[in-house]
Amino acid sequence: MNLRPDPTFHATPQLAMAAPTENYAFTIMLSPDGSQSDGIAVVDVNPKSKTYGEIVHQVIVPHKGDEFHHFGWNACSSALSPLTGHAFLERRYLIVPGIRSSRIYIIDVKDPLKAKIHKTIEPEEVFAKTGYSRPHTIHCGPEGIYVSTLGGGGKDGTDGPPGIFIMDCESFEIIGRYEMDRGKQDKHYDFWWNLPQDYMVSSEWGLPPQFENGVVPEDLLSNKYGHSIHFWDLRKRKNIQTIDFGENYQMALEIRPAHDPAKSYGFCGVVVDTTNLQGAIFTWWRDDDGTWQSKKTITIDPRPEDADNLPELLKGFGAVPPLVTDIDLSLDDKYLYVACWGLGEMHQYDVSDPMNPVLAGKVEVGGIAKGTDHPNGKPFVYGPQMVEISRDGKRVYWTNSLYSTWDDQFYPDDEGGQMVMANNDENGFHLDKDFYVEFPKGYRSHQIRLEGGDCSTDSFCYPNV
Amino acid sequence: MAALWWAVIASGIYHGLNPGMGWPLAVSAALFEQKPSALLRALAALALGHFIAMTAILLPFSMMITLVEYEREIRIGAGVLVIALGLYLLINRRHPRFLARVKPSRLGLWSFLAAIAHGAGLMLVPIYLGICAVAELDAGHSAAYALMSSNIGLAFIVATAHTAAMMLAGGILAAIMYYWLGLKFLSKTWFNLDVVWALSLIAVGTIAIWHTLA
Repeated sequence: MNLRPDPTFHATPQLAMAAPTENYAFTIMLSPDGSQSDGIAVVDVNPKSKTYGEIVHQVIVPHKGDEFHHFGWNACSSALSPLTGHAFLERRYLIVPGIRSSRIYIIDVKDPLKAKIHKTIEPEEVFAKTGYSRPHTIHCGPEGIYVSTLGGGGKDGTDGPPGIFIMDCESFEIIGRYEMDRGKQDKHYDFWWNLPQDYMVSSEWGLPPQFENGVVPEDLLSNKYGHSIHFWDLRKRKNIQTIDFGENYQMALEIRPAHDPAKSYGFCGVVVDTTNLQGAIFTWWRDDDGTWQSKKTITIDPRPEDADNLPELLKGFGAVPPLVTDIDLSLDDKYLYVACWGLGEMHQYDVSDPMNPVLAGKVEVGGIAKGTDHPNGKPFVYGPQMVEISRDGKRVYWTNSLYSTWDDQFYPDDEGGQMVMANNDENGFHLDKDFYVEFPKGYRSHQIRLEGGDCSTDSFCYPNV
Repeated sequence: MAALWWAVIASGIYHGLNPGMGWPLAVSAALFEQKPSALLRALAALALGHFIAMTAILLPFSMMITLVEYEREIRIGAGVLVIALGLYLLINRRHPRFLARVKPSRLGLWSFLAAIAHGAGLMLVPIYLGICAVAELDAGHSAAYALMSSNIGLAFIVATAHTAAMMLAGGILAAIMYYWLGLKFLSKTWFNLDVVWALSLIAVGTIAIWHTLA
């Protein structure tokens, strides 16, 4: 407990943008075959430092085969609402779940260079207290730490639907399930919310048998992955509306609401439209009578490609699908970054008008049957994937692995992990030649968290002025 | 007597200035609706919830205190209760989670529950009982009925004075943030008063018992 609110908590997105810039990034290190233990890499991102762009510390966990993926903070700017009573929490711990093992590590990063494991929650406790498995997205909110899961009970995670559970934000005890009425929701992936407006939005990937051993082509072609998003009354814990994008919009993943809580809209990325292999972004919003609406506002075309150059999975299509696997919205709600993991492109859309996004910039690196090198001449394996934007919106970081078994299907010849950064400045959106982090041998990389918060962690309780 | 009334006002100012009692929500409301009148409306809802919490705690004591022969015991009992809550809050620093289930639009309800949960009403009890005792001495031995109605009247006056002070203090701070300083100062002016709060409860209870015994 602090005597004053943590200096990294900000009342509004504007204040967060004006705050000091990040000195460290925390990035997932994952051993795709489970031969080594997973970990968190602490990356020096301070350009004035001698170790800029290097991994300066690693927290390697004792177990193997956890498969780290997404993670989040124990506390964020949401604590500045008097409604929660959490104003004096420290932003100090990273909550890091293993999506294969269901084990959760609480990592103390108060001193990033001495980051260490603070507590481990064993899978049995997660199963017993929630009936869920395979924890994924972390957000801190009114009742504590909310954790989405991808699996229900049982060995293969299909015994009952997956959902969200709540953890105590001080003791990290698992409290129990979030949902009181889940409505049609039977799959899960991401979730986020608008705290003052009291709504939450959740999305769907697929059930564990549909992803753990790789993408199941038959399921994809018969549209059996998730294609709906769910709107919840956050504090009533009730699903109030489900929007089905259409069954061809397979894998509705990342939910990115506008950061300014006065706004009632956001975005959701869809990995692939099975009718034409396009990637798509939907804008969702609440209309005047309170019902939720959605509209496809961005489409990204596949690139024709000779079957000989394509992995087994794609040979029959003669094209590279964009594969929109991650999106991220800058804190000023101006730029939406869209990772096209298949094409090997990172797109920057101006979404000042959320109903009419405009492609503002584009970076090419990696990609299926393309493998564009980084501007420094080194390779970038796979394609741009987990993307994180600095609070001030000037630096965009990303890594390249999607998910162990899926990497191997789409990029059977690649191996490794890199983290790169692009600048968004007066010269537009372009890769920084000098920032290139090569991960230790045998490790791939996934989600990035920035010291003091970033564009996919903090929830703000006060509107911009 | 004057000192006791000042204590009523001072505790109101203290509650009002504490962001945990809600004034930042009034700033937020004004920013959401982009009109200052929303600030006043939110403040009124917070004050109403606080007022109801105060009267809900004070009224039972106003009934009890009519039993003049037990006045001493009641005052000591109230003091002990307030000290006990202070000690509990000192040991258990956790905020009640059910407060986080209240919808942000229901500011009055939230304010009521927050005031009850943190013992804001209980803090007033010893002060109120002290005022009753002095008033009774002044009035001489009145009939029980008259005494009760005068005590109930006093409870409302104490709750009103306290809430008015709270609303004024919180309102001024909210207005300063809204018009001049901006929300940047929210995190700069917010202090963790949990320990101070618990100690204030203990202090109020101790002073009350000491006065009763003296």
